[in-house]
Formats: sequence, C-alpha cells, structure tokens
Amino acid sequence: MPEDYLPILIYFLIAVGFALAGIATSHLLSFLFVRRRAAKDKLIPYESGMLPQGPARRRFHVQFYLVAVLFILFDIEIVFLFPWAVVFRELQILGLIEMGLFILVLFLGLIYVWKKGALEWE
Amino acid sequence: MSQNAARTETMVLNMGPHHPSTHGVLRLILELDGEVVVKATPDIGYLHTGIEKTAESLNYTGAISLWDRVDYLAPLSNNLGFVLAVEKLLDIANIPPRAQCLRVLLVELQRIASHLVWLGTQAIDIGAVSVFLYCFREREQIIDIFEMVSGARMMTSYIRVGGLAQDIPEGFEKKVRDFIRTFPKRIDEYETLLTQNQIWRDRTVGIGKLSAEEAIDLGVTGPILRGSGLNWDIRKSHPYSSYEQFEFEVPLGQNGDVYDRYLCRIREMRESLKIVEQALNRLPKGPVIIDDRKIVPPPREELATSMEAVIHHFKIYTEGFKPPVGEVYVSIEGPRGELGFFVVSDGSAQPYRVRVRPPSFINLQALPRMLQGRLLADVVACIASIDIVLGEVDR
Amino acid sequence: MELLSPLVPILIIVIKSGVAIFALVTAFAYAVWIERRVMARMQSRIGPNRAGPFGLLQPLADAVKVLLKEEIIPQDAKVPIYLLAPAVSLVPALLSFAVVPIGPEIEILGQKITLYLADLNVGVLYVFALASVGVYGIVLAGWSSGSKYSFLGALRSSAQMLSYELPLGLSVVGALMLAGTLSLVQLVEAQKNAWFILLQPLGFLIFIVSAVAEVNRAPFDLPEAETELVAGYHTEYTSIKWAFFYMAEYINMIVVSSIAVTLFFGGWQGPFFPPAVWYFLKVAAFIFLFIWLRATLPRLRYDRLMQFGWKILLPLSLVNIIATAAIMVWQG
Repeated sequence: MPEDYLPILIYFLIAVGFALAGIATSHLLSFLFVRRRAAKDKLIPYESGMLPQGPARRRFHVQFYLVAVLFILFDIEIVFLFPWAVVFRELQILGLIEMGLFILVLFLGLIYVWKKGALEWE
Repeated sequence: MSQNAARTETMVLNMGPHHPSTHGVLRLILELDGEVVVKATPDIGYLHTGIEKTAESLNYTGAISLWDRVDYLAPLSNNLGFVLAVEKLLDIANIPPRAQCLRVLLVELQRIASHLVWLGTQAIDIGAVSVFLYCFREREQIIDIFEMVSGARMMTSYIRVGGLAQDIPEGFEKKVRDFIRTFPKRIDEYETLLTQNQIWRDRTVGIGKLSAEEAIDLGVTGPILRGSGLNWDIRKSHPYSSYEQFEFEVPLGQNGDVYDRYLCRIREMRESLKIVEQALNRLPKGPVIIDDRKIVPPPREELATSMEAVIHHFKIYTEGFKPPVGEVYVSIEGPRGELGFFVVSDGSAQPYRVRVRPPSFINLQALPRMLQGRLLADVVACIASIDIVLGEVDR
Repeated sequence: MELLSPLVPILIIVIKSGVAIFALVTAFAYAVWIERRVMARMQSRIGPNRAGPFGLLQPLADAVKVLLKEEIIPQDAKVPIYLLAPAVSLVPALLSFAVVPIGPEIEILGQKITLYLADLNVGVLYVFALASVGVYGIVLAGWSSGSKYSFLGALRSSAQMLSYELPLGLSVVGALMLAGTLSLVQLVEAQKNAWFILLQPLGFLIFIVSAVAEVNRAPFDLPEAETELVAGYHTEYTSIKWAFFYMAEYINMIVVSSIAVTLFFGGWQGPFFPPAVWYFLKVAAFIFLFIWLRATLPRLRYDRLMQFGWKILLPLSLVNIIATAAIMVWQG
C-alpha cells in the first residue's frame, strides 16, 4: 500500500527541512551576531588541552567489526521472526516447531560465538 | 601485509590536564590498544606554585597559611603537620590539653570532609551523580563548623605554633553534636546507594589492584596502603597530639582494589566520627595556647596596660620567633596518608627550607602499576581511588 | 473548492507534520526542564528556577543561548559530513514518531483526523529501521570531527546501539505474536482487554533495559560518559548542531517510551480521561523512570555492558519468544 507512505514522505521532507534550516539559521546567526575571535588554536581538536598526537581516524579494535558482523546475523533473524510472529496464530504447532528449530540453530550459533570468545572484551 | 600491520596500532591519548575526571590538572599520557591501557604515564607540574620556596621568605607563623593551600581539601591537617614540626624545632612539649584535644577533633572532622570529597568524586567518576551532591551537602556542615571557629571556610590557618589561634566560640558543641547525630545515617545512605550495588561492585572490585609488597615498594601510604591489608597508621604507630588517649580502630582491606579502598575510607569516616565524639565528651577546660611571650603574641587586653606586651606583640608580628639551628621531620596521618614536614632552621625567623612529603604525590606513583592492562573506564576509577590533590602533588 | 478537495488530505498531513515536529521539540525542551528539576529534587538541590515561574522559561532561554553560540568547525573535520551528522541523527528520531498513535480518530471541522501520521502495516519494523539509521548520525559525527574522544565515543556508541537493538527487537516479538500485527494502531486495539505487560512481563523487562541502552541513557550512557570520554561523539560540536544531538537523544527517549506504552501498556487506552491524556501520562511516567535511573545508578563499564546485552538479554529474549509460542500453542 504505497499510499500509506505518503504521509511519511511528506513528514520526512518537512523534518529534513527543519533540520537543515536549523543548521543554516544557526550559522547565519553565528555569522551575524556572534563576535568571532579568529584564532587558529581554537580549531584544534580537543584533546584535554594538549596538542593531539597522531591522527584521530585510525584503525580500531577488531572487536567492533565482530559486533557489527554478529549484529547483521542476528538482525536478519529478527527480520524473519517478525512476519512469523504476525501469522503465528494461524500456524500454531507447525509454526512453533519450525521457528523453534530456526531459533535453536541461531542459539547454538550464539553459544559457539560465545565459546570462541568473540563476546569478550579484553 | 607484514606481520606488523596485522596488529592493531596503539593510540596515544592525552587525558588531562583539561579533562573532567583528572581531579584538577593531572595529565596522563595513555597508550591504548582499543580501549585497553598498554601504558600510562602521569605528567605533573601543571599546578606548580612554588609554595615550598615561598615558605623560605615568610616567618614561621606566616608560613602556616601556605599549607592550607597545599592540600586544599585538608587544610587543617596540613596546618597541624607544619605546626608540630615547628613545635619540635622549638622544643615545646607543654601544649595545653584543651588545644591538643581540639586539634584532634578538628583534624578528624577534616578527615571526614576530605573523605567526603573523595567519595563524591569517586562516585561521580563512576557515574553515580547523586552521591556527589549528597557528600557535598554533608561537607558543607563541616565547613560551617570550620567557619565558625576560624572565620574561614577552607583556608583556616587555625592551628598555630603553641596551640590554636583562638578558643572555640559558643554554639560550637551543639553544631558538632548535630553533625555527630546526623552523619552516621548519611553514611548508611551512601552505603545503600553503593556498597552492595551490583554496578558499583562491577566497577570497583578487582580494579586497580595493588598487593601489599607492591604498595610498600612504591611507598604508598594511607587508605591505599591499608586497603592492601597493611596495618600502618601513624596515629597508632607514632601517636601525636594526644591520639594515644583515643579509642579507634584502623580499618583494613584485603585485596587492595578500588572497592577495598572505598570500604576502608567509608569505615575510616565512621572511626573519625567516634574520635570526634570522644574528643567532644572529654574536652578539658583551660587555655588553648601556651603562655610563652617569645612565641605567642600576648592577649589583646594586655596591650592597653603593659608596655612589655606591646613590645612582644610588635616583635612577633614584625619579626617572628627564631627557633634554634636544626632540622626536624614530623609526619602525621593525613586523610591521604603520611603527611610529613621537614623543616630546617638556620636560626633566623624564616625557615631555611621546608620540604613537604605530600601523600598524594607519592601515592600517584602507584597509578601506572594500577592501570597496566586495564580498560579506559577503569582509569578514572583508579585515579579517583588514589584521591589525589594536585595542589599537593605539584606544590 | 471542489477543485481543491484532493489537496485537503495533503494539507492535513502537512499541518500534522508541522504540529508533530513542534510538539516533539517542545516535549524535548520540557523533558529537559523536568529532568533538571526532578534530578535537582532527588539530589537535594533546587534546579533552574530563575527564568519564569518555576523556571518554566528555562528551555526558551537555553534555546536562545544555543542559537547564538559561535559555530566552530575543527580543522581536521570532514566538513560536509560534520555539518550533516546532527541532521542525520535528528531526522530519524523525528520520523519514528510518525507511527505512534496518540489517540483514536477525532473530528475537527467535519474532517476525520487520526492522531497519528501513518498507520503502517509494518509499524514496529519501521521504528526499528529508523533506530538503526540513527546510529549513522553518531558514527559520522564521531568520525568526521577528527578528535580522538569523539572517535572513541562514536565507536562505543555504535557498538552499543547495535548490540542492544537485537534484544530490543526480539523482546517485542512476544507482544506481536499476541496481537498478530505489526501496526501500532492495531496493537493498541489488541490490548482492549488486557495490557500486554501482564502477558509479557519478561518481554517488557528486556524491552525497557534494552531501551535505556538504545537511547544512551544512564546507567548505559557510555558513549557520552563524560568522566571518561568528555562528551563522547559530540565533543567537537557547538551551537545548534550540538543541541540537535541532545534533541535526538531526548526525542528517542520519548519515542521509546511511546513504543513501550503502545506495546505493553495499552497505548492511549484508559478510563475517565480522554485518550491523549492517558497516552501523555503513561509516557511521562516512563520519562520519570529514565530520570530516576539516572539519579540513582552508577555507570556500567563498557565490556560489561556489551556482555550483558549479548550474554544475558539476547538469550533471554529468545527464550521468551519460544516460551510465548509454546504457551500460545498449548492454550490453542
């Protein structure tokens, strides 16, 4: 039902307009009314009052990638679960067995990941 | 790809001097692998004020006011430490009992006040914001008492060579009794919020461990040392200012982690309260300062009638007193640990050299050891558990 | 007039959108005010009470202050991303409110008006999808600022939000099974007889814990743990851009409270008062809960937080689904 999404589209456009207008207004106001003291040091990224050592964007810990990958796996599980949940009353026992197996497999997967130490942060 | 590239590179992160949880202007250079601290290097000196050098150009009475500013969370303890050293230099042994008793009372109140700031900051560093405000509410009561006796809330300079600056005012006892009555309930309140709180225990138990041997090797004193299970308290081992007459226990920890230090300090507050109550109950009558006109200025009313008093007054305030040539070291148990004063006299009215042994400067040495291999979040818990005062670290 | 009639529904939508944004921004402003006042009371302080009666104009004063702050763009920033990240954070927060039903249909000027913007047949999914998009704002902000504290905060934040989205999504499945729909409007109607909190207590518990983590509120406010990471991903932001992150956080809090009310507490349904009032009261109760938690609890450590999500909440929510399904089958 694409027409259901029309309000969302309009709302989206207005929301984006609001956000962009906010940022633009603030820049304008800042330009017009705020006394600026041009100082190069002011633009240095914050690092507790010292000069930053080395770049800020750099490789980070592999654990974060792991979380992202695991998230995708389990998020797809959720995507499968939602439609199943909606029609569960009609599926009854068959739905329970099918989804029970599906969840069991993922549960085993979680235990595997757990035992492998992918959930530890050290 | 070389083998080297497969490793995560470490990130050097400056924590402080301008950081919300470095308790002033401590700078830590952290080498992080992910969020794990590989190496932590404290960098101090951002609050250096040259206080020890300044003391060399003031007379002994004037110098008292400097030590308020060294450890601004425990000014009275610092007053006492310096005054005891000067008294030893002058060989004064007959401090009036009332003065001694009041000194103990006030210094123990000061210990509670200092521990309250520590508890508040430790709590806020771990995220328990409310405890911070509760602690400051109670500290306010103590500071009001200090204001009552000395006129100043923080920089009291109340303890003088030979006794106290003046006697306590009326209403002092009631105020202290009010505090003694209400405070145990407040400590219970803090403990309800924290001691058995699972999140609090998660954040503190097993964090920043320091074994007894390590603690001794690093020269750590005070609640950190006692948290590691070593019974060392100068009030017990070398009693000063009539501490031997008071009954109190020295709380000890076992594991030397942040949690044990927390428990030690909480129990120390309860013990200090006991001492305050004992001191108040036995408070003797009599003068609060010795009657030696060469050291102590004459009472105000004598100035109108006695020429000799005027001369003494003039001499003491323009020149000060001159201790004999010599050097002494006196240490007391400050809220943060062994607070020592080494005073050298060359026979003039100004100290030749004063060297403070500030407990938090030496305790800070233990920080890199505590942080090794811990997470970034533990850094703030460990800094707070050392209870550093940067004024004292840098002097 | 006849010619214009097809435009009337669109006009209504435009007006409703405007009202929704205005209401959310106002709600944000007063949620902050309430938080400051309530926290102050809990901490034996007074809180803001200077601007207007009871400090009620404080949000306005803050808005003016924030708008007139100098805009600073750090030298290492990736400028377009840096500028747009606050919007990327705010817009999904605003959008996810579109499917929340505040009340049943009402009639104004002969027009039937629904008290929600859209009744999607995938309403719940839509909310979760937008929650995922919201993570982008934070990651981009932290990455584009060019500051280590922002970067660490953004990493933490994204990992945390991803991890807690799983139990959050799984915890509502039980309620969806009971209702047999993904539409929030129909979910409210399904709770005519019994609120789902009674049938799904475990599901609700998992939901509320994950929700606190998902919107980065204490005790899970690690991305902006100010004692460790200063201000986290928005360390380098000033002025309205900073306020947008703040706004996104509070609007997310309001949306998550709304979802909790809609899924577990019967939405706008309740006796005596009009529906919208019930909705408002229930959401306010949740916001109070959020504030209460913040005033009471210390902050979790990051590794414990992640382990709590993956090792406790995730298995628990799976168990909850299977248990719900088994009971439903058993009862026929």
